Order: sequence, then C-alpha cells, then structure tokens
Amino acid sequence: MSPLLAAQGLGLRFGTVIALDDVAVEIWPGEVVAIVGESGSGKTTLLRVLSGMMPPQAGRVLYRDPEGGQHSLFDMPEIALRRLHRSDWGFVYQNPRDGLRLGISAGGNIGERLMAAGHRNYGHIRAIAAEWLARVEIDPGRIDTLPRNFSGGMQQRLQIARTLVTSPRLVFMDEPTGGLDVSVQARLLDMIRGLVAELDLAVLLVTHDISAARLLAHRIVVMQQGRVVEAGLTDRVLDDPQHPYTQLLTTSVLSA
Amino acid sequence: MAYVAVKGGERAIDAAHGWLAEARRGDPECPDLSLTQIEQQLGLAVDRVMAEGSCHDRSLAALAIKQARGDLIEAAYLLRAYRTTLSRFGASRPIDTDAMRLRRRISATYKDLPGGQILGPTFDYTHRLLDFALLAGTPPPPAPQATPKREAAPRVTGILAAEGLMRPETASEAAPADLTREPLAFPADRSMRLQALARGDEGFLLALGYSTQRGYGNAHPFVGELRVGEVSIELQPPELDFPIDIGDITVTECQMVNQFAGSKTEPAQFTRGYGLSFGHSERKAMAMALVDRALRARELGEEITAPAQQEEFVLLHSDNVESTGFVEHLKLPHYVDFQNELEKLREIRADALRNAAE
Amino acid sequence: MTTAAGYNFGYLDENSKRMIRRALLKAVAVPGYQVPFGSREMPLPYGWGTGGIQVTASIIGPDDVLKVIDQGADDTTNAVSIRRFFAKVAGVATTERTAEASIIQTRHRVPEAPLREGQILVYQVPMPEPMFRLEPRLAETRKLHALADYSIMHIKFYEDIARTGHIATSYNYPVMVDDRYLMSPSPIPSFDNPKLHRMPALQLFGAGREKRIYAVPPYTKVRSLDFEDHPFQPIRADGTCALCGSRESYLDEIVTDDRGGRMFICSDTDYCGTRAAGQEAAE
Repeated sequence: MSPLLAAQGLGLRFGTVIALDDVAVEIWPGEVVAIVGESGSGKTTLLRVLSGMMPPQAGRVLYRDPEGGQHSLFDMPEIALRRLHRSDWGFVYQNPRDGLRLGISAGGNIGERLMAAGHRNYGHIRAIAAEWLARVEIDPGRIDTLPRNFSGGMQQRLQIARTLVTSPRLVFMDEPTGGLDVSVQARLLDMIRGLVAELDLAVLLVTHDISAARLLAHRIVVMQQGRVVEAGLTDRVLDDPQHPYTQLLTTSVLSA
Repeated sequence: MAYVAVKGGERAIDAAHGWLAEARRGDPECPDLSLTQIEQQLGLAVDRVMAEGSCHDRSLAALAIKQARGDLIEAAYLLRAYRTTLSRFGASRPIDTDAMRLRRRISATYKDLPGGQILGPTFDYTHRLLDFALLAGTPPPPAPQATPKREAAPRVTGILAAEGLMRPETASEAAPADLTREPLAFPADRSMRLQALARGDEGFLLALGYSTQRGYGNAHPFVGELRVGEVSIELQPPELDFPIDIGDITVTECQMVNQFAGSKTEPAQFTRGYGLSFGHSERKAMAMALVDRALRARELGEEITAPAQQEEFVLLHSDNVESTGFVEHLKLPHYVDFQNELEKLREIRADALRNAAE
Repeated sequence: MTTAAGYNFGYLDENSKRMIRRALLKAVAVPGYQVPFGSREMPLPYGWGTGGIQVTASIIGPDDVLKVIDQGADDTTNAVSIRRFFAKVAGVATTERTAEASIIQTRHRVPEAPLREGQILVYQVPMPEPMFRLEPRLAETRKLHALADYSIMHIKFYEDIARTGHIATSYNYPVMVDDRYLMSPSPIPSFDNPKLHRMPALQLFGAGREKRIYAVPPYTKVRSLDFEDHPFQPIRADGTCALCGSRESYLDEIVTDDRGGRMFICSDTDYCGTRAAGQEAAE
C-alpha cells in the first residue's frame, strides 16, 4: 500500500514571511491526520497547497488515484484537478457559505456533486439527497429549504453531506467547527467521527482545537512558523509532547 | 501666481461667464436658434429634459437646452432649479393611460390584439444610414394619412390578469408620498421608487436595465405593451365636486411582463414592471420598467444578488442632478483638506523610511 | 463588388466578411463552441439581429435566395426591415418560401418544413451564453465550457422540478451539441429544439452585441438537456390553426376581444399559407 497523498520539501514565502519551510506530510487511506498550530503557523496554507488550491514555490505533492497511478498535483491539468475535487476528493470550508450555494435548496446542494458525476435521474438524486440529509441529522422534510434559512450548525452539516455524497476517499477540512457554539461543536465532531469511521475516509483536518484533534485524529502534525516541529500518533504527541512548542500548545498556554 | 487669481476671483468669474455666453451663442453670423425650433426639431431632447427635470413645460425645457448649450443634464438641472420657485396649488388626479389618445402602441407578446399594433413615428425599423437629404434641408414627402380607428385598446397586463396569470397589484387610495417634497427613506415603497425612477437619469437606468438582461438580476422580460400618446390632466379643486380638464400632455408608458418562478405558497405567474415618462421617451420608460421589476425582488422574495436589485444603490445614484453635482464639485478648491493629507503622507513615509534604514 | 445603392455587396467590406467567415469556419469545426469575433456596428441596432445580419452578409452571394423570418413570419416588421436591407445592399432575390431559399435568417423560430442539405439557417442570437442567468461572468462560463462542467444548469433544472414539478424553461432551452458543448439554441420555443438534431442544413448562430458566432454542422447530434425521469417535452399550445387547420405546427395566440376571446394561427406564415393554398386547390 502507498499513501493517498504525499508531500515533500514544501516551501512557500509571502514576502519576508515564511509560510512553509521544508514541510513533508503523508496521508494513508482511512487515516485522519490533524494539522495543529496557532494562527499564523502555516497550517491553512499547508491545507491549500496539499489540496492543489495554491502552488508551492518548492517541493512537490503526489496524489495516488484509485487505480494506483501517481500524479504530481501541480503538473496535472486544471480540468483533472477540478474533476478530482468533485469526485475522489472533498473540501469542507470553515465557513459553510464558501462551500454551499445559499440560493439553491438543500437537495440541490447535495445533488450538484451527483449531477457533476453524471447522475441524470431526478428521483434517484432526490432520494440520495434525502438519505444524506438524514445521515447528517437534518430533517429530510427540509430538502427544498434554502440553506440561508439554516442555522450555522445545520449549514455545516449540509456542507459535509454535499461533500461526502460522492464517496470521496480523501476529505480536506479547514476548521470545520470554527465559528460554532461549543455545544454545537461537540455534536458536529461526534457526527464527523461517526461518518469517517463508517465511510473509511481519509481526512486532513486543520484545527487549532486540540480537543477536536484528540477526538478525531489518528496522527497529529504540529506546525510552528511554517515548519513541522513534531509529528506522531495522537496519543503520543498529546500525552508526551517532545517539542517545547507542542508542550505549550497542549497545556493551552498558547491561545491559538 | 495662479493661486492669487483664485482668491481674487470675482473679476475672473465675470470674465468666464462672459466667455461662456459668447461660446453658447457661437458665431453671431449664424442665425440664433429659436425656442420653437428646439421644441419642434429637437423634441426628444425636450422630452428628456422635462422628464429628468421633473417639470412638464416644453418651452421652458427648450430654453434650458438652449441655455445649457445642448448639455441635457445641465438643462434638466436648470429646469429643476426653476421648478423650486413655483408654488403648488394642487395635485392632479391620477392620469388615465387607458384613455390615452394613442400615437403609438405596440405589444411584443401578441402578434395581434384588440386595438391593434400602431407603429407610430418610430426609429425602430429605419436603417441607421446617415441621411444626406437632411443636409440639403429637403423637406420629407408627406406621410400617408388615415382616420384613427376608435377601437378600444385594452392593456395586455389586463388580458393576462383576466386569466389569472398576472400577479395582482394591491390598489391603494392612500396619497403617495411626494419625492419632490420629502426625502427618500429606506426601504422605499413602490410609489416612491417609481417617482425616483421617473426622474432618474436615462443613461443610468438604461445600463441597469441592460444589466438585468445580461444575467445580473435574472430578468425574463417581455414588452407586454408600450404606448405613447396624449392624456388629459384633471384637477379637482376642493371647492368643486367634479374634476376640470386643464390640458393634455404626452406620456410614454411601458408595462413589462416578467416571469416569476413562484414559491411554495404562490403558483408561478407573471409580474409587472412599470415605466412612465413625460413626452416620447421609449428607452427611458422601458429601462424604468426593467429596473422597477428588479427592485421588486424583496417584495417577491427573490434573492438580491445584482446591482439593479439593490434599492439604495439604484435610487441614491439615479438622479443625475445629484450625481453631476457631487462628481463635478471635485473641481472646487479642496486645498485645506489636501494640505492635511500631504502632511500625513509625509509623516507616514518618513517613519517608513526611518524604519527601513534601521 | 458594389451594388447600385453605392455600398459594398452585403454592406460589410470584404475584409470584415473574410474575418467573419474565418470565425464561421472555426465554429463549424468545433460544433457548439462560441467563437469570439470582431462584430461591426451595423445600420440596424443591437438587439435587432446584428449578429445574424453580419453572418448573412458574410456568406451571401449574388445567386443566393434569401428568406427572413421573425417569430416564424415573413411579414413581421423586423423581418421586412432586414429583407429590405439585403435587397438594397446585396440586390439578391428574396423569397417567402422556405423550400426556395438558400439562406434563411431567423429570429426565434425554426421553419416547420424540414430543411434540406445545402440550405443555411442563420439564427439571430441575443445571449449566446446558455448559462448567463446562472453565472453572468464570462471568464467563469468560459472556464466551465472548457471543463465541460455544466452542473449549474442541471441544478437549475433540479430546482425547477423541486419547486413546480416541471422544468420551467420554455424557450431558449439549452442543448448539448455533439455531447460536448452546452449551447443556447437562441430564444426559439422549445417546440423547435428537436428540429436542430441531425438537421441536414447548416445552422449558423450570430450574436452581434455579444460578439460571438457558433454553429451546428449538418447531421450533428443535438440533445435538449433533461433528466431520465423528467424527459424533455416540447411545448405547444393545444389548438388548431384557424387558417390551415394544422394540429402539428407551433401556434400564435391572437387576442380577439377583451372578454377572453382567443384564436390560434400558425406562427410559420409560409407553412400555413402553403397548406391553406393546397386545401383550396383540392376543393
């Protein structure tokens, strides 16, 4: 077996600011990897580079397709990358407004990915959409409601349903619980954990929330000032941090 | 120094005005334009100035055009400024465009309909080739004459409404607010919006109306009907219990028919966009009708995504007297504020350069 | 080549015509793809069919026979105006008979009588971009075409059905050309869409104001977008033509009074006249 995604030697600077400095990351099928660090540590930039949204100045990212073929992400034509984003990959944005069409019904939002994948049976698309609404704990009776009439938590769950409906193997999540109330966060994390296990998803999760990382991730990558300062199994990193920065993070001395 | 000239400007201003008057007149060898010539031969300019000047007086509008050297926004402004000086002795009854003496009446939604299609004096089917016969001043051959058919011309929107396909408008007997006396308040009701659009700049409304056709506002418009002709103005003085006819004016009215997708509670139907303008100004009435419909997005529960649907944006920028005033005021001296800006910029730059040196 | 009226044959100068023909060749080579072209100002205003007029002007020759229809009719004001224009600037023969025409310029209809090989149908197009109501930014729609990503159009249809039970589009109903490009058939009624499929005649589309040309070569596959369980259904008024009795042709509704009186007549005047004449002769 080989990783779904493997990055080596990633480097990126914005003017004098170093966003990524010789970063290497791998993610394997069915594995949840959390990238943690305070804001400005480069974790969101890393997610954007790994998902092909932003090219790095150095290094490369290799993607393995379901047939086992290897592709260098930034050498792929845009059409292939875009297709990848609506089939084998998914992206869950921190702000659900970035990942949803607010003027299109909940059912239409879920149906979009199916239709992009070639589904052409209205009844079938609708049935799958209703099923997915139920899976993310939204009343299927609201299938024709516009997401702008949903609460923030419901919007986020709808975004997850829309992303997962085509059974991607790898999902990128950028602070998926950010901006939500604490009680809503807990319920959402629980739901994500259930879906990840059930669907055997690989997830690259960016979060500043150590408890979210502990709950979801198998492995943790700690970033500081564009560098990976520590990486390893979640329990090991959180319970026995080696790097002083990780020690600060886990004792919550740093506010992320 | 030039600066001193600005301060001691009285003589300079007088001289500038003298020069302006001379430039307006042009070569004195060339005959002076009469107001009648402007009214008769530049009639559409007169109509536009009356509409945007929101004052119906053909000869005053002609005078304004002459005085403004053909600058129609300046002319509308002259007319507005004059209008301010007029005292108001009453409000007319609503004009009845059903009873219009039609000069032109077309519907794009039906091939034929009661009252017929009356093309009237239109550029629509002319080929836009410069006509050098006009250069020579050759008079046109007389147009064919016919006796007007006295056939009723019911409104297309009425025809659709009879079938229940047109979203009904709620009638109101309440006196509408008067934009010429009261400021706009937001959200503005439809009568206020229509008043603002009626005197709004033709070019601005044209661009906005056009944008709705190109996907910025999602309009599916049809010209249900466009009619041009004369209507009576009636005034009912408080001491009489019947209205008196005080004269006729020409107006252009456009009723746009638009698709409305419907919602869970309302079936799909057509909706109206309405445009009315003084004189013969089809472009203005049509653009107004498109923008009126776009501005009804809130009322109809449509998503507001495009500039033409944004009430404040549209209404606060549609008045060309206001717009031209504020844009052109940038020519006035601003040197006190500018001096402050200069100092601030120097200070910031000095700091930055110092930091860079360290 | 000049005409008696003092204009170059077809109004446009020869270099402009050549430029437009190059765009047409590209359009024919890539069916359904919108080719940008340097649209010229014409003496008829934008929106009156300047795209169609420029296409016709570029392909017309002295031996051509031109038919111009608007709303299916030869006698509508705009059709009359355009036909007169070409009679004046090209001096070509004009006809109202579909079968006799070598070039048919149309606004909003496809003639009822099947077209044959060698004929050219020139459509006047107001908005060449089929997705403009969903995505007005041209840079974006261009990318969607390049990626063949038409899911926003499918979502629109999905939403229509969810809301009303029907696909709400009745005219300008989008089609897939040769399984590759999504194309606006111009604002023809959806009734006419099936006629585009594998038509023996060449179909050229001109959008003057938007400066785009596209084409459907003869016998090309043209499919109206739909769902398997909500198949495309052309719409037609359920009536009979009061003049020729046709129950198959596309009908115009004529309001006869303000008490709900209606009658229907064929929108295609040549089709209707030919049928009516045939019936008279038979009697």
